[in-house]
Amino acid sequence: MNISWYLVVSALMFSLGAVGVLIRRNPLVVLLCLELMLNAGNLALLGFARMWADGDGQIFAIVVMVVAACEVAIGLGLIVALYRQRLPVDVDELRELHG
Amino acid sequence: MGFLFFLFAIVALAGAVGVVILRNPFYCVLALVVHLIALALLFLLLEAQFVAVAQVVVYAGAVMVLYVFVVAYVGGGDRPGPLWRATARQRTLAIVFGLAVFIELAIAILGTGLKALDTDGPKVTVAYGSPAEIGDLLLNRFLLPFELASFLLLLAAVGAVALSGRRAGIPEDEIHAPERTVDPTHDLVSSPMPPSAGSMAEGVAGYGVTRPLPAPSEESPG
Amino acid sequence: MSLQTAAWLVLALPLAGSLVIALGGRWWTPRVAGWIGTVAIALAFVFAVIALIKLQDLPEEARVATSSLWDLVNVAGVRIRLGIYVDPLSVFMALVVTGVSALIHLYSVGYMSSDRGYTRFFAYLNFFVFSMLLLVLAGNLALLIVGWAFVGAASYMLISYWYRRTTATSAGIKAFVINVVGDVGLVLGTFFIFREMGVLDYGPLFEGVQGAFDKNDASLVAGMLLILVGAFAKSAQVPLHTWLPDAMEGPTPVSSLIHAATMVTAGVYLIGRLHPLLEWAPTAAAVGAIVGAATLLIAGTIGLAVTDLKRVIAYSTMSQIGYMIMAVSAAAYVGGFFHLMTHAFFKALLFMAAGSLISAMAGEQSLDRMRGFRKAMPFTFGCFVVGGLALSAFPLMSGFFSKDALLLEIGQRGGWYYALYAAGYIGSVLTVIYTWRMIYRAFWGEPCAEAAELEHGHIHHAEHPTNPQTGEIEDTEVGFPGEAHHIAEQTWQMRLAMGALAVLSVIAGVLFLPFGITEWLANFLEPTFADSIVEHPANDGLEAFGLVLTSVVAVVFLAVAYRIWAVGSGRATAWQERFPSLHRLFVNKWYFDELIGLVIVRPVAWVGHWARDSFERIVINGALIGGTTGIVRAGSAAVRALQTGLLRSYAGLVVIGLSAILLYLLLRAA
Repeated sequence: MNISWYLVVSALMFSLGAVGVLIRRNPLVVLLCLELMLNAGNLALLGFARMWADGDGQIFAIVVMVVAACEVAIGLGLIVALYRQRLPVDVDELRELHG
Repeated sequence: MGFLFFLFAIVALAGAVGVVILRNPFYCVLALVVHLIALALLFLLLEAQFVAVAQVVVYAGAVMVLYVFVVAYVGGGDRPGPLWRATARQRTLAIVFGLAVFIELAIAILGTGLKALDTDGPKVTVAYGSPAEIGDLLLNRFLLPFELASFLLLLAAVGAVALSGRRAGIPEDEIHAPERTVDPTHDLVSSPMPPSAGSMAEGVAGYGVTRPLPAPSEESPG
Repeated sequence: MSLQTAAWLVLALPLAGSLVIALGGRWWTPRVAGWIGTVAIALAFVFAVIALIKLQDLPEEARVATSSLWDLVNVAGVRIRLGIYVDPLSVFMALVVTGVSALIHLYSVGYMSSDRGYTRFFAYLNFFVFSMLLLVLAGNLALLIVGWAFVGAASYMLISYWYRRTTATSAGIKAFVINVVGDVGLVLGTFFIFREMGVLDYGPLFEGVQGAFDKNDASLVAGMLLILVGAFAKSAQVPLHTWLPDAMEGPTPVSSLIHAATMVTAGVYLIGRLHPLLEWAPTAAAVGAIVGAATLLIAGTIGLAVTDLKRVIAYSTMSQIGYMIMAVSAAAYVGGFFHLMTHAFFKALLFMAAGSLISAMAGEQSLDRMRGFRKAMPFTFGCFVVGGLALSAFPLMSGFFSKDALLLEIGQRGGWYYALYAAGYIGSVLTVIYTWRMIYRAFWGEPCAEAAELEHGHIHHAEHPTNPQTGEIEDTEVGFPGEAHHIAEQTWQMRLAMGALAVLSVIAGVLFLPFGITEWLANFLEPTFADSIVEHPANDGLEAFGLVLTSVVAVVFLAVAYRIWAVGSGRATAWQERFPSLHRLFVNKWYFDELIGLVIVRPVAWVGHWARDSFERIVINGALIGGTTGIVRAGSAAVRALQTGLLRSYAGLVVIGLSAILLYLLLRAA
């Protein structure tokens, strides 16, 4: 058993998530891809915790989950608000904050 | 053990690919749920029982349910638009760089990892990964992060309510703000300036960058 | 009360007067302002007299006192102090300046009294007197230059006093610009001298010049020539003289004070003060003398032809200053300064009388329109006659003795100076003729309409006030002359001032009578000019000859002028028709204005237009400003382009950055 494979899987998921963030236009799906990246991080954390037989990594993973949950709550709230304002729910259309 | 790992890993990856590719956002959510459950199983393999169960209960259970509700409310729009309106260049660039990240990480990992392919790893006690262990750590060593995380949750909850609550007094029809144009001949604080004088307002409105400069009007003085 | 204190008070009183009038302008009635100004100058005169008395207490070999307040500049070997230099010459000049100025202030109290800007006038006038005193009392060349510049500024302010008249403002600008040309010469010349000598204070300067330079050293000559340029500009010598006739646009007291008695004599003072340097550079001195001679002849000829009353007197001033410049350049100091003093008296008197006459003519200044004022204005006529006799060097008047002393001293040098001597006498002929032409034309003959009106006791008032030069309609608010016209017969201040000057014009000759009968002035000025290296061998024969010649010229040509102008019957026009081209040359002032316009004004204007149209537009606005802003704008546009607002591009940038960092870490670990 070797955690390198876990790390490879984690890396693969992370890059998939990154590609997804860059490619998708629906902000909901972008958030989902963001979740992917967070979970990849979690997997890596737990792998390293197992490698060093240390419980700290697991705590870290729990806190990451907490943060992810909060972020999802806010992000989804934003999207709902956008929808309510009848603004297009499309990442490419929402670009007034530009230079 | 190895077989289970590969099984769960492939399922997780399949779910991940599904999230990225599927058109209908609802299907994406479902794919992510699958991915999360597979990931929880992987956590079990890593002897992190508590985290695995928390993953299923909290993440796949609560967060994804939230997602489902929102997707049901917002939807993907009536006509799910094409996935890619990014230009071909953006598309290729995205894939290239994602690939680059992956390859770099892989090199980093496998460079060291392939040697110890068949080792068992360090010995762990039975209590490793158990709720007792987690609770002990949370409340002894990591008390401060624990409290801060709770505070963060509170903030997020309040924020979510504030974002999606109805504002009193504004009727639904007028919530949609009219398109506000920025007049580059008037700076916000000072007197009228001629166009292309480089005011902040002009910059914000994108004149000269994404929009053509307006013609100088007769009445604005120099 | 020491000598230095008295001298400082002489300097401080006019300045205080000017400040008090100017700053307190809203509290004084105009009358009070006028009297404050007059009293300030009168007090300054009193202190100048006290300084004179105290000066004579010093031993003759060391009859000079210096006093400084503080260092103005003390850096890198240049030390300029705010100091004064009190010696016979500066006290003499201070007396003349304050004395004549006090009388002119008194005159102005009456003459300007209906002008709306009365208070401003006296503030300016006091400031001018302060500047002139600063110039004559300055203890070093730097402070002299400061006084020089102030005097130019005051002249500009006073010439353009009626500032809503465009002719007046253009005249003021013309005077100022030409004076600036002179200032440049003065400053450059000072630098030439400073470069070798390292000091600017008079004492060390005069003592050290013979050691620092060889006689007629090129750089000393160059420096002195440049300083002479400054003197010529200020004293209206050819070719920098064109501003003086135009300066007659100022009110008559201004013409009388500045452009007859004081400012234009600053050049004479400068040459007299710097005589050790000028004598050590005889080439420059010769140039000065020749320019003076040329000016006196040219100005004399122009005076024969012009018809504006004030301009005739202006050209006369130019001519007489030419005499003085010629004299002091030829080291005839006593004669030159004696003539300066008497000229101040009778020329100021002539201008005052001219002011009275112009008032009677309701602002009209052309001699063509004036006739027969003898009965209507007896006092003014008397003053004109006294001034005219003095100016034309009629026997026993002050001008007679001063002009004679001047020319004698020049003739005493012998050699080529006889040419200057002869030029001086030719100039005398011209002087007599133009003086009496002016007087006969204005006062003889059938009374003109204004004179007839005045004989009945009523001053003529024009229907609308107009500009005498261009005929434009004006009004009488501030910036234009006031509506009342004051003549000497009706205004006691004017009569008192003119009377005093008339008396002085008659008796001032007693200060230096020929054949050594009295030598008070020469003895007084002797300590200043004791270091002169020029010899003036006594020449009694020449002295007698000169006296006789002057008397003959004065009497004969007075009669000649009478035949031509007083009797009338077209003799004048007959002479004019006999020499048409000469007449044209004189009336057009020898075409100097046109020459300067062609040679200087046009090329400079062309350069200015070119600079504005081409250089400014293409290089400055286009390349420098446009280029810089263009670069900044392009840069900021490039940076702005990154802020697209697209979430995905931002995320993409994050990913790119992340991969770059990972790459770096990988490479580092490898």
